[in-house]
Amino acid sequence: MKKFFAQCYIWLLLVVLYAPIVFIGIFSFTESKVLGNWTGFSTKLYTNLFTGDMQGTGSLMSAIENTIIIALIAASVATLLGTIAAIGIHNMRGRGKQAISFLNSIPILNPDIITGVSLFLLFVFLHISQGYVTVVLAHITLCTPYVVLNVLPRLTQMNPNIYEAALDLGATPFQALKKVLLPMLKPGMISGFILAFTMSLDDFAITFFTRGTVGLDTLSTYIYTDARKGGLTPELRPLITLMFVGVLILLIVINIRAMRNAKNNAQ
Amino acid sequence: MEIKDYIIELNNISKSFGDKVILDDVSIKVKKGEFVTILGPSGCGKTTLLRLLAGFGQADKGEIKINGKDYTDIPPHERPVNTVFQRYALFPHLDVYENIAFGLKLQKVPAPEIDKCVRRVLKMVSMTDYEDRDVESLSGGQQQRVAIARAIANQPKVLLLDEPLAALDLKMRKDMQIELKEMHKKLGITFIYVTHDQEEALTLSDTIIVMNEGKIQQIGTPTDIYNEPQNSFVADFIGESNILNGTMVKDKLVEFAGHEFECIDEGFGENTPVDVVVRPEDIYIVRNLESAQFTATVKSCTFKGVHYEMYVDTDKGYELMIQDYNAFAPEQEVGLIIRPADIQVMHKERTCNTFEGEVVDETHVKFLGETFETLPQEEFKHGEEVDIQVDFSKIDLIDHVEEGMLEGDVHFIIYKGDHYHLTILTDNGDHIWVDTTDIWDKGDLVGINIAPADIKIVKRNEHND
Repeated sequence: MKKFFAQCYIWLLLVVLYAPIVFIGIFSFTESKVLGNWTGFSTKLYTNLFTGDMQGTGSLMSAIENTIIIALIAASVATLLGTIAAIGIHNMRGRGKQAISFLNSIPILNPDIITGVSLFLLFVFLHISQGYVTVVLAHITLCTPYVVLNVLPRLTQMNPNIYEAALDLGATPFQALKKVLLPMLKPGMISGFILAFTMSLDDFAITFFTRGTVGLDTLSTYIYTDARKGGLTPELRPLITLMFVGVLILLIVINIRAMRNAKNNAQ
Repeated sequence: MEIKDYIIELNNISKSFGDKVILDDVSIKVKKGEFVTILGPSGCGKTTLLRLLAGFGQADKGEIKINGKDYTDIPPHERPVNTVFQRYALFPHLDVYENIAFGLKLQKVPAPEIDKCVRRVLKMVSMTDYEDRDVESLSGGQQQRVAIARAIANQPKVLLLDEPLAALDLKMRKDMQIELKEMHKKLGITFIYVTHDQEEALTLSDTIIVMNEGKIQQIGTPTDIYNEPQNSFVADFIGESNILNGTMVKDKLVEFAGHEFECIDEGFGENTPVDVVVRPEDIYIVRNLESAQFTATVKSCTFKGVHYEMYVDTDKGYELMIQDYNAFAPEQEVGLIIRPADIQVMHKERTCNTFEGEVVDETHVKFLGETFETLPQEEFKHGEEVDIQVDFSKIDLIDHVEEGMLEGDVHFIIYKGDHYHLTILTDNGDHIWVDTTDIWDKGDLVGINIAPADIKIVKRNEHND
């Protein structure tokens, strides 16, 4: 009986959590302008989304484009920086190592809005005109700690003699990094990249505060502005559904990789 | 010319990590083609020494020469040495072939030659046909073979081996020892082998370097080290031994275990305190009490496969270990004989504790960072720097650490037949040597007290350190 209630509770929780997104998903297959009005099944909104046959097309398309490009740049740079940082942190000793690891976790725990406002103030203070570049910089800041967190465990699990073995066999430190260290860190770097990509993709607060006044929109800011204008553009419903499915797939990939790693280590 | 004779010269190498001295003025010379083993307990600095040779880390002081050339500041990838690591350190993302070819590819050796070389070294370590295997699918022994193959594929002048067999089981270890020895003969290059396993060292090496606490204790051939240990540490560490306090009465006559024995050592002077080592297999045990040098009662007798191991109490109350092919029952009276050539006499490193100290007043003196009470004296003025001497047997060790003047832990124990000789390492890193009949274990925390009457103050002798 106890088990039954426990089961019910978990299902109730899941329903509450996912009902809104499922709701949008269902209503992405109807043409009605107002959300909640079922006017029969149709894939017209999806077709509109991809053929661009709708109002305000240009800005939505460019928002999608911006979002993806910014996420790709931010995730790539963060992966590079994060990996280098992880190697550095791993080779530190004692107090310094603890201090840096602690500092690395602050941006993750810190509310986005605070990160956003402080970056905004920093850019103003440094007289950097805000726009594309500042958004990309801000996203790199946001993403790097996640890469560090993904790469660091692989380094700690690694036999410390492996890097030395490469040097011993005649590799310069750079060759040892390229031919031995990076290939061994690759799984962690890929997980880190995917996580960084999704973090950048769904960020609103930081983008909002660092995009300046040049009219730069990513998806999240576009949707926010659109919703404030009065009602959601119907075509956003299929878009949100697609994004949700996309992120879901990425998360599943990350989890499968993590599980496979755990299994390899157990052997 | 010296330069041609030695492939490796380490001159006055010192290295510390923080406050801890790992290597203290170590000098080693290794001849070309030698199989040299660096032997010592864990933490003695042997691995650090090997790592300095490989180029992982810098010595604080000293000079490293390989083949006559100064390599002290040259990075590892430019040194003509290769290392076999204890935990193999194979590259898990590469297969066996690529692991072995790693160094050769970096040197831009043409592919057909790499092929030939990989096949040759794999044959040498009996791993033919394993080229395509994933290294993580191999057993520990196989991985170590690949690691050795990878190191020798680069054709180093010197092969460094850091406890390469420590992670293998006993049977595999024995097999690998024989193979390593044969490999050394075939390759003709110099092997520097680090181990804490004395049997392995005796089996494999041309030369053994015994190390303890960052210092070299003895360098010699396996037979030298076994038969003529230079101090009680070496005697205790290599093989089983009876180590006793003795007195060199005069040339060729030594007193220990309450009896005088003929020996073959000379030049110690008369009535000099010495350490005496007798190997358990060198004590002859006989039924006939008349013909023996001294008598004893058998305490225990254990079968050890080839021989019996017996503990006996001698007529003068010393406990000795004896190995013999014949068993003698406990409680039996037996006669013991030791031949002159089997008695190894060693200089004592010290006959009492000597500390640097300072007189505080007539009844107090400061040493080892504490102020101790002494008997009243007027010979030395306050503030005068003096030497403090305390007999080994006059130092009290107590269980209740907080009741001691000093704290320390038992660092090293030698059994001397009728008492234990302990080395205590204090919290400040000072050594105190103690004779006691109480049983302590290595690592025990102890409190240390010294009675006022047992503290002897002598004039500071500048030459004596």
